[in-house]
Amino acid sequence: MLKKLGSWDAIIILLTLIVLVVASVTVDNFGTSRNFTFMVLDLMPIILVALPMTFIIITGEIDLSVASILGLTSSLMGWFWNHDLSIQTIIPLCVLIGAVAGMLNGFLITGLGLPSLAVTIGTLALYRGLAFVVLGDSAVADFPFNFTGWVTGTLGGGSIPNVLIPIIAMAVVFGVILHATPVGRALYAIGANAQAAHFSGIRVARTKFWLYVVSGAVSGLVGVLWTLRYSSARADNGAGLELAVVAAVLLGGVSIFGGKGSLPGVLAGVVLLTALQNALRLEDVSGQALNIVTGALLVLSVLLPNIVTTVRGNWQRRRLRQSAAQ
Amino acid sequence: MTPVATTAPARNLLKTRELGILLALVLLVLYTTINNSRFLSGQSIRDNLLNTAILAVMATGQAVVVITRNIDLSVGSVLGISAWAVATMMSEHQGLPMIVAIVAGLAVGAVAGLLNGVLVRYGKVPALVVTLGTLYIYRGITYQWAGGSQVNADKLPAHFLNFANDNLLGIPWLVLIALVVVGGATLVMRNYRVGRELYAMGSSPQAAELAGIKVARNLLGAFVLSGALAGLAGVLFAARFGTVDASAGTGYELNVVAAVVVGGVAVFGGSGTVWGAGLGALLLTVISSALAVLDINQFWQQAIVGALIILAICADRLVAVRIARSLRKRDARA
Amino acid sequence: MLRHRLAVTISAASILTLAVAGCGGTTKKNSSDTGGGAQTTASANPNAQLKTGLKIAYLPKQLNNPYSDVETSGGEEAVKALQGEYKKVGPNDASASSQVSYINTLIQQQQNVIVIAANDPNAVCPSLNQARSAKIKVVTFDSDASKDCRDIFINQATTEGIGESLAKMALEQAGAAGGEIAVLSATPNATNQNAWIAVMKTELAKPEYSKLKLVKVAYGNDDDQKSFQEAQGLMQSYPNLKVIVAPTTVGIAAAARYIGSSSYKGKVAVTGLGLPNQMRQYVKDGTVKKFALWNPADIGYLAAYAGAALASGQITGAEGDKFTAGKLGAYTVGANGEVVLGPPTEFTADNIDKFNF
Repeated sequence: MLKKLGSWDAIIILLTLIVLVVASVTVDNFGTSRNFTFMVLDLMPIILVALPMTFIIITGEIDLSVASILGLTSSLMGWFWNHDLSIQTIIPLCVLIGAVAGMLNGFLITGLGLPSLAVTIGTLALYRGLAFVVLGDSAVADFPFNFTGWVTGTLGGGSIPNVLIPIIAMAVVFGVILHATPVGRALYAIGANAQAAHFSGIRVARTKFWLYVVSGAVSGLVGVLWTLRYSSARADNGAGLELAVVAAVLLGGVSIFGGKGSLPGVLAGVVLLTALQNALRLEDVSGQALNIVTGALLVLSVLLPNIVTTVRGNWQRRRLRQSAAQ
Repeated sequence: MTPVATTAPARNLLKTRELGILLALVLLVLYTTINNSRFLSGQSIRDNLLNTAILAVMATGQAVVVITRNIDLSVGSVLGISAWAVATMMSEHQGLPMIVAIVAGLAVGAVAGLLNGVLVRYGKVPALVVTLGTLYIYRGITYQWAGGSQVNADKLPAHFLNFANDNLLGIPWLVLIALVVVGGATLVMRNYRVGRELYAMGSSPQAAELAGIKVARNLLGAFVLSGALAGLAGVLFAARFGTVDASAGTGYELNVVAAVVVGGVAVFGGSGTVWGAGLGALLLTVISSALAVLDINQFWQQAIVGALIILAICADRLVAVRIARSLRKRDARA
Repeated sequence: MLRHRLAVTISAASILTLAVAGCGGTTKKNSSDTGGGAQTTASANPNAQLKTGLKIAYLPKQLNNPYSDVETSGGEEAVKALQGEYKKVGPNDASASSQVSYINTLIQQQQNVIVIAANDPNAVCPSLNQARSAKIKVVTFDSDASKDCRDIFINQATTEGIGESLAKMALEQAGAAGGEIAVLSATPNATNQNAWIAVMKTELAKPEYSKLKLVKVAYGNDDDQKSFQEAQGLMQSYPNLKVIVAPTTVGIAAAARYIGSSSYKGKVAVTGLGLPNQMRQYVKDGTVKKFALWNPADIGYLAAYAGAALASGQITGAEGDKFTAGKLGAYTVGANGEVVLGPPTEFTADNIDKFNF
């Protein structure tokens, strides 16, 4: 019977669906297409950053600097804009800068072998600090309407938000890589046992390095999208996002020790948290109170499987003792 | 029983770690004072020490936790809930003496820390996940409790607010408390058995269990200490700044971890000292005010902190590699 | 091998970027404006009845701010008198991005009027215009948004009047010899503070202000702790400072608290815009000699009536529109949709006990 409890991923996906259905029925104005657009826009930064973060955590590392890279590219975007660069240049340039920031992370972690938690706490401060050096406390807000309008708008004025397209595209690409290619399998192997993976021919250091580059590039892209969504480039954009992303990824069933987890679980985790926040805000519950739920869900996502394993172990031991006694 | 000690040359390397911070501090103060002699004036030194006090108190608890190879990210939220609880209590019962406020703050923090410790030890949930979760939970509770309101300085009793500025023999109370906390913890970690055990737990958790060390008790103690000190910091915060709302302490965990890492406590556990963490806190605060006095863009401060963290980690790695190498050589010779 | 790959990737990406740049594109100089909002084509009907049951939502700059609390309490009183539904939401930090999320939620909740004090005049524009397309009336108060994204702006006093008052108080309190003065403002993008500081600077350029020198504008972000530390920083960098002018109630309270407990008390004057209840002890103990404000509750009250008049079709926000605001009397809309409340009040030790807010 205990075996039927199923994997955490399945539980989260089910919980997400339940929350969506219940909210549509009980909360006024939740199930409208305009609200769907608002929800997708709220989801956007978390879900995009969660994609490479999932890969990184599966290999047993972590990247806490993602929000700071977002802030850095956002403030650089404002700075470039004020210095008359064209928006068509700024966008790819910012993604590139994000990738370079990720390269520094990758070099420190794989080249010098430093612990990723400490390094990314350091780069979290460094990049956020640089963001403030670039733009100070002020904001740049006069981005061209056709770009900001695209980010906040929908397909042909209908009910499908424009940003849903890149979100789905990237989720599919990352999902396929993780679950259906040797690269993905290598990630699980590295997470399970880095040394064994190394001896079996996987280039551990190189793989991890490129993961950090991708994480940086995606964070840079999200910095651009965030800036266009709020039409506001600020050095403090995205502050605290890294915690929300890690929380969503862990909630989605990825093990912090590495080697376990799936992308659908993570996607469900992100949707669950965003939907809850959106529904509670419509009910005038303070967004901060939602933090209690997020924190509790995060701890439970690791605690419950541990409890299940312990209980199962005790139960099996009792059965063994009983059969030995007979 | 052979002590789990480091060889003589390696011990010297470790000593240079704290000495390095001290040197950086002295150089910085010298440079700034040459540029602007007011930097060493009475008011300026007072301000610097007062600003460091709160950070140093929190860094002490964090250092103990990190030495055991764990981390406590919830300290900012614990400061917040303690500051709010104490400020509310003092504004509603104006006559309560300061010592009651301090005990209340310690108690709130200790309970918060206990929850962290229990989840880490008995729930077998990694400290990063637990304290990330409690960071959210405690902050959420504070917001629920406080709503959008705040306790204003004009609602708090005068003796509470004055505590932040009053002196004992010329030294502000806040600074005295910080010195007692940092000094006391350093002594315990260095000279008492429990200190040795905490270092051992950080060096190798499995070996510590097998060696019969009471890991559960020590671990819970470390988290309770970190929480209690964050709670104390909350009381000091309320007294110093006067106006408290639900966002007090948001983001502090980064500064505390920075102070600890820069102060020489490696994230891998098993090394570093509490007084090093205290020095780290002082260094970070002095950098901040030096920037203001030197009229350098204040915004460089966070970038400098980040660069220092990375440098500190590199230095620790270098030291660890050298120690490992010298231990191997010693074993090969033996 | 790794370095080779890196070099190739970076050069490829750089060439790509430069190529795209060469194609020209949309820059700050040649981009068009903020895409305009819903323009009301209907004309005003001054005889229309004020509707009841209107859902009027207040979105101040931030929530944990005693000044905003007084403003919105005035608003609540007015909404009750109008028999409407009152709601107050807001961020805990004075940031524009957070306000955007709340605007979106208010649109979803189908409010009739949004009354907002903008943290950034442009950042909130797109969502405010979305609100107006959804037939919601937008009234700004205290801190304006860009004028193409709101229907009416309630200004507490004329911007010139406030700026002049700040400069005059600084001159009075700097002493006969004059000297250095500094400003401790709120957030760098705040519309209202920036407008007042601009007027101050114009005043300071006049010959009668030649003895004063403005050395720095610091930003406390309307955060008590940051303002406290900025005041500290100002004294460390400019020890000969004569006056700190704080055109924000959070800033003046924090500065007064710092100066009042330091060796600078009595030597450095603290003035600006403050709430009498917060400043009372500092006026009594001599840290602060004079400061100014208006009654914030009246702004909130007036905003509710303006919003109700808009929603009922009595006015459209055009210049010359007239409406009545309950106990405050009759008001006329000025240029650019601005409605002025009245002149500011100066507070000193003589009159401070008469006020309770």
